[in-house]
Amino acid sequence: MNVTLLTVLVGVIALLTAASLVGFVLEIRARKPEAVATVRNLNQRIGSWWVMVIVFGGALALGHATTIVLFALLSFMALRAFWTLTPSRRGDHRGLFLSLFLVLPIQYVLLDIDWYGMFAIFIPVYAFLMLPAVATLTGETADFLARSARVQWGLMLTVYAVSHAPALLMLDTGALLLSYLVIVVQLSDVFQYVWGKLIGRHRFSPNISPSKTVEGLACGGLSAIAVGTLLHRLTPFSPLQAAAVSAVIVTAGFFGGFVLSAIKRDLGAKDWGYVIEGHGGVLDRIDSLTFAAPLFFHITRYWFTS
Amino acid sequence: MTALVRRLLVVLVRILVGARSEWRGCAHDASRRIYFANHGSHFDTIAVMAALPWPVRRLTHPVAARDYWGASQMRRFIAEKCLRAVLIDRKPKPGSQPLAPLERLLEQGKSILIFPEGTRATDDEIAPFRSGIFRLACQFPDVELVPVYLDNLKRVLPKGSMLIVPITCTARFGAPLRVEPGEGKAAFLERARDAIVALAGGGVARA
Repeated sequence: MNVTLLTVLVGVIALLTAASLVGFVLEIRARKPEAVATVRNLNQRIGSWWVMVIVFGGALALGHATTIVLFALLSFMALRAFWTLTPSRRGDHRGLFLSLFLVLPIQYVLLDIDWYGMFAIFIPVYAFLMLPAVATLTGETADFLARSARVQWGLMLTVYAVSHAPALLMLDTGALLLSYLVIVVQLSDVFQYVWGKLIGRHRFSPNISPSKTVEGLACGGLSAIAVGTLLHRLTPFSPLQAAAVSAVIVTAGFFGGFVLSAIKRDLGAKDWGYVIEGHGGVLDRIDSLTFAAPLFFHITRYWFTS
Repeated sequence: MTALVRRLLVVLVRILVGARSEWRGCAHDASRRIYFANHGSHFDTIAVMAALPWPVRRLTHPVAARDYWGASQMRRFIAEKCLRAVLIDRKPKPGSQPLAPLERLLEQGKSILIFPEGTRATDDEIAPFRSGIFRLACQFPDVELVPVYLDNLKRVLPKGSMLIVPITCTARFGAPLRVEPGEGKAAFLERARDAIVALAGGGVARA
């Protein structure tokens, strides 16, 4: 693990320690029932952040292969959560099995062996053609188009998009780029939550995501861009370029969360599961990453690496 | 040794399919009860057992079909040793007493888990109940009958497939029922089935 990465990790741990202290003070001072509930949720979230930082930091420290395995597991849990909520019929069973146990592992193996060309087209081309073909063999035609679309969407979101985060490891200084992406995306979520709780008044879209406020989005997004600019040393970007790239990450991340919320509303659910205390499921935590990772990966790969 | 395998099996099932329990109509306690559930896959028995908290699981014996669970050494070991299952014939010979082992367990103060549909449902409907549950309920009028709805299990391992898709499952426990005085067999079976159908709604909604 190089020195820059270590510095970042120390910084993140310092930030979390500060957050834990604030949470502790708030818990002592909270009186009203709703305040107590909010603070309890906040402290659960902070506790979960410790676990996530330790898991992610540990995987990065252990090397590329471990990090790829970690993201493969995250994809697996996210895809599983996706299918837990999304209706499927008997005729989809084989497709679901293949998604989880064939397509997903292959996508991450392609990463591990650095076969970029196949990594980029495997799910959009081969899985896209293979899975509906397999589904036709059952002879079930009811809802066929919608069912095939769901199978492909599940894979694109939770496997293809998510795998673009560890795909950064294929680039020079990949571990730093990956840390940068994860820090900016996740801080953007955290800042939006914090600013929303502090000064949020106007709901952004009560239909899709009742907790998102205009104030939270604006201030949270700007705060995350500021941090992204300050951290430009982790990347090949100049400060100005880092600001622009962070803006892309923040915007994409926002729409990632937003689109996944819309899907949840469509399916009549609040969370994608219950695995991470205070956050919901794995997919609730990585929803922003699904949109931000592919964009960040391609921007960096196209313009900033040889 | 068996205890260890049993533990491992529960842990494995919980990792694989979640096997979360949701107590809607009653709290879990270790008193003598008859749990009855809808039947979507051979995985059901394992999933409900994994979802039960240990003090309850310890005293609960599921009923399993002999033609499936008794078919090989491995299955028999899982069923009888790990799940403490009672294997019964689904098509009993005339004159035999298929419910006798269950009556004995209830007399000993144990709980049982039964699948009154008798066979795994192929479509989304819950099949009409067979009458065994009514006979047990009349014979043990002080025992609570707890409806259990297994969500998603049919999608984990549908009938006719060998492939397990590890979708997260929930076992939902409803309000206990008993045979009302003067209630007939058909009326009771209908009411018991409705109790499970009622639990099927609102699968993913959380407060």
